[in-house]
Amino acid sequence: MYRKKVMTTLAAAATLGMLMAGCANQAAPESSGSAGGGSSKVNIPALTSIETPKDAVLPAGDGKATCPSTTTLAYIGAETGANAQLGINIFNGIQLAINQHNKSNANCQVQFKKFDTEGDPNKATGPVTQATKEANIIGVVGLPFSGESKATGNIFEQQKLVHITPAATNPTLTDNGWTTFFRGLGNDAVQGPAAAKFITGKLGAKKVYLVQDDSDYGIGLGKTTSDGLGAALIGTDKVTTGQKDFSATISKIMNAKADAVFYSGYYAEGAPFDQQLVAKGYTGTFIGPDGLKDDQFIKQAGDASANAFFTCPCIPGELIPTFESAYKALNNAEPGTYSIEGYDAATVLLAGIDAGNQDRSKLLTWVKGYDKDGLSKHYKWNDKGELQAPTVYGYKVENGKIVPIGAIGE
Amino acid sequence: MSMVDGPTPLHTAKGDQAAENREAVGTPPGSSAAAVRRGWFGGLGEKWQALPRQKQWAFLIIVVILAYLLPIINPPLISTEPGNDFALACQTMAVWALVAVGLNIVIGYAGLLDLGYIAFFAVGSYVTAMLTSSDSTFLKIPYLWTIPVAMAVTMFFGVLLGVPTLRLRGDYLAIVTLGFGEIVRILATIIPAMKGQVGFQNVGHPPGTDASGVPIFANSNGTPWYWLTLTILIIVLLLAGNLERSRVGRNWIAIREDEDAAETMGVPTFKYKVWAFAIGAGVGGLSGALMSGQVGFVNNQKFDVVTSVLFVAAVVLGGAGNKVGAILGGALVAYIPLRFTAIADYKYLIFGLALVLIMIYRAHGLLAARQQLLAYGRNAYAAVRAGADAKAAKTKAEPGTEAAS
Amino acid sequence: MIPTLLTLLPAASADDSSWITFDIPSLMQNFWSATFDGLTFGSIYALVALGYTLVYGVLNLINFAHSEVFIMGCYGVFFTLSFLGFGPSAPNLSVGSIIVNLLLALVVAICASALTAFLLERLAYKPLRKRNAPRLVFLITAIGASFTIQYTIFLVRGPNPEPALTMFKSRPIFEVFGTFIYDQQLIIVIAAVIMMVITERFISKSRTGRGIRAVAQDPDTATLMGVNKEKIIITTFVIGGILAGAAALFYVMKIPSGVQYNGGFILGIKAFAAAVLGGIGNVRGALLGGLLLGLIGNYGQILLGNSQWTDVVAFVVLVLVLLLRPEGILGTSLGRSKA
Repeated sequence: MYRKKVMTTLAAAATLGMLMAGCANQAAPESSGSAGGGSSKVNIPALTSIETPKDAVLPAGDGKATCPSTTTLAYIGAETGANAQLGINIFNGIQLAINQHNKSNANCQVQFKKFDTEGDPNKATGPVTQATKEANIIGVVGLPFSGESKATGNIFEQQKLVHITPAATNPTLTDNGWTTFFRGLGNDAVQGPAAAKFITGKLGAKKVYLVQDDSDYGIGLGKTTSDGLGAALIGTDKVTTGQKDFSATISKIMNAKADAVFYSGYYAEGAPFDQQLVAKGYTGTFIGPDGLKDDQFIKQAGDASANAFFTCPCIPGELIPTFESAYKALNNAEPGTYSIEGYDAATVLLAGIDAGNQDRSKLLTWVKGYDKDGLSKHYKWNDKGELQAPTVYGYKVENGKIVPIGAIGE
Repeated sequence: MSMVDGPTPLHTAKGDQAAENREAVGTPPGSSAAAVRRGWFGGLGEKWQALPRQKQWAFLIIVVILAYLLPIINPPLISTEPGNDFALACQTMAVWALVAVGLNIVIGYAGLLDLGYIAFFAVGSYVTAMLTSSDSTFLKIPYLWTIPVAMAVTMFFGVLLGVPTLRLRGDYLAIVTLGFGEIVRILATIIPAMKGQVGFQNVGHPPGTDASGVPIFANSNGTPWYWLTLTILIIVLLLAGNLERSRVGRNWIAIREDEDAAETMGVPTFKYKVWAFAIGAGVGGLSGALMSGQVGFVNNQKFDVVTSVLFVAAVVLGGAGNKVGAILGGALVAYIPLRFTAIADYKYLIFGLALVLIMIYRAHGLLAARQQLLAYGRNAYAAVRAGADAKAAKTKAEPGTEAAS
Repeated sequence: MIPTLLTLLPAASADDSSWITFDIPSLMQNFWSATFDGLTFGSIYALVALGYTLVYGVLNLINFAHSEVFIMGCYGVFFTLSFLGFGPSAPNLSVGSIIVNLLLALVVAICASALTAFLLERLAYKPLRKRNAPRLVFLITAIGASFTIQYTIFLVRGPNPEPALTMFKSRPIFEVFGTFIYDQQLIIVIAAVIMMVITERFISKSRTGRGIRAVAQDPDTATLMGVNKEKIIITTFVIGGILAGAAALFYVMKIPSGVQYNGGFILGIKAFAAAVLGGIGNVRGALLGGLLLGLIGNYGQILLGNSQWTDVVAFVVLVLVLLLRPEGILGTSLGRSKA
């Protein structure tokens, strides 16, 4: 009897609570009135035409290449594990390049092999050693992360196997004296200062809050960005990879009345962070680096992503319709972060094979002397394996799409 | 069966022992029923016990030689290639086996459920990295010297963690140790000197270079590392075996079976639990040092709960309390994902299913620990067996007494 | 004691030398919002913790696969709501139809979680009970089952989280101590507490509840007294599943992009810690532990300056509590709680 009464009461209370909340939902005014910076919706127009590099090297080549059927390129990096998606973006890009190459070059069918490291330095030495042992593999795209690159760079060096990383951005990677290591994108030292200039300049932010994750990438970029922000930086917080609830960080940001938040990390945490930030009434802008510039960010942040801007040391090549549609046709997905880096890196190696560089030492020499445009940027490395400072571009979200807004940071 | 075993959802060690006793009484050894239930692994155990000492040694030597030759033979079906270099896979398996042997001291012998063993592995790795890596600001010492230092430091941490927490019983200890593992991992991110995910590069290795100037113990050269780890594993195994048969080992097992009874019988349970914890921690630190030396890079990315739980899985899979089983379990848990690297998407699914199926069909582990007297075990075992046979015959003659007892 | 030891380590660079600082003004400033947010997430922990506690009480098993029971509920919510047309934007629906839709999602989530829990028990644990396996073996099977479920989802749905689903636009409804309380927070906390109270009543008053307590206390005697042990065990798993399904709805409400193949694991560990904090096997303990864990983590990270401290603080407090009260705050087990 007693129990029934309790249950009824509780059920009634529950309904009431929900209704009350629901009513509030209807009644609440549009502007939530809570703290948070003034509505600093900066209107920067999107680029209408994307400047496609006219003489960009494409994997198809001239269609006359010949090579032994054993010629193999490899991707080494995450296929599973927490960072699997970045790996998938990359090897799908490589796969696309190799498919396009093989389709137009009937006499040069390049094989493609994948080795899974889970993005984990402890697990990377096995696959890398295995890849370097296979004599047919003459060039590698990888490894995507800085940690595993640090752990395995010397193995490539011992075996004189050229590898182009499509994603590892730790600046110190090129200080190891490795002659086989090439970085296919700008490092943190390039992007950070440009992002800082963009935030305080074009976006006109006065109070910037910087949040970084615990990854090598996030820490490095956080440091260079905060140095560039100077007095505009009003607070920092650090989050953990895998974190889902950011309420405490958000409460600090709201109390600090920040008008811009820079998130130095990947979209897996950045997207729910932005979503929760906006749900708590934040009206400022949200800026992230290339680790955030991914369709997944928009999917996971939902409508909140409308306040987001991105910086990336890359020409907006993945927005080139031909690349986008070919990628989509192959993988049944939009190109993601680093897809184009994977594609371009593979293209550099394929062009080398087509030019007759079909063993490890020749291909290495080829990459060293390479000086051409790719879809995403101009590729020419200095003697340390660092790209000549690429231009940093800005992006914003418009109608649920990432669109370029031109070069930033000059 | 169901009548005898009854509804005992609480699987205490006591209950298991009782069940095992019942089993021993219920089916005479060597009968077909016993053979079916024990399967071929269990049957092997029976036969092994029956072999004379010399034959056991001869057989062991062959196994050890085969183990040393494993990366050179590179057996086709077993090999982890083309996904992973097999010699390095052997090294990983050996490190995991060492971890399992160390954790077996804590879980298998003393019965302490430690879900945070990864913390000791991490501490060992960090000691080695900080004392040899070029990224560290500490004083540098040669790699081989870091191994004893790593062991000493982790043993110290073991005592440090053990003294306050070992008064907790059972699963409360489990969650506290799990928490400790997480704390070590996260502090490595927070404390600048430990460099979090940025990590330490160029961790040291034993001296020596080959003709072309490449270090013998390079991180791509699995075989020498495997031989080093295997040698250490064998030494640790011999020491653990001696410990198991000593007074210390007997006290641990008494604690595992019934802590209150052990205390009543005069075993200083707390002291021996701390000992088990510290020795286990030392072996964990040792394996961490070996792993970090081989990989040449240490960061805190993989010192997480999942890996820690997999360490426990290794021990239980092999058969908690059985050191040979621990080696098998450790090697297997490391091996399955490496073997199936080539079909990366499926490897953890295969791994998970394998865990469930092995546990269901080998509910006491691949090599179950036998309830046997440790000193003069063989003589006593024979005597007990003879007694059991007689009793079984008697039971058969008088059906019903079994259920009543 | 460990932090003090570590302060003895030399710092890598001069500017980072003070890695532990106490920011008391920040805590004062953010205290109430941290409290409300902590309670919200704490309620979700508490609901999941109940599943751990109940199964532990009856089987003495840390059901590591309970996090997968929870995540299956999340997928239930996701599929139902996307089927009903919810998307990244807040839906343009009346209050009534939102409530109906959410209740529907709740029912599906509960079914999905309860079914997973049921299958888990039948396929993974029951064969072990039949074979009289040692306790640790159950633990490892749970881990194996957890991997199996996670990577089956991984194969089907891929590594990314599902796209975000906004159930309704969360609005502040009133102000307490200068901090807004949001309707979402209120719904989650109230609904979770109601579910906990119902569960508590059910365990302590109903016939089945009495059976659960009897089995938890002494399975042999309970069987002799006519309790169907197998039925009780399966009921316990299903109840845990139902609560996890409810938790799943609230979790997706709070974290719209949290539906991912491995999204439950860390939350599961925290929920288990919550159960231990309150006193494992104790229904009220799970509630208390969950709420406390949510609060402690939030206070800790604000006091110490960044979110990386959350888990460190939570676990340090857990250890300290266990040292003072070795069986958790409320201590008593399921079986011995008042008849």
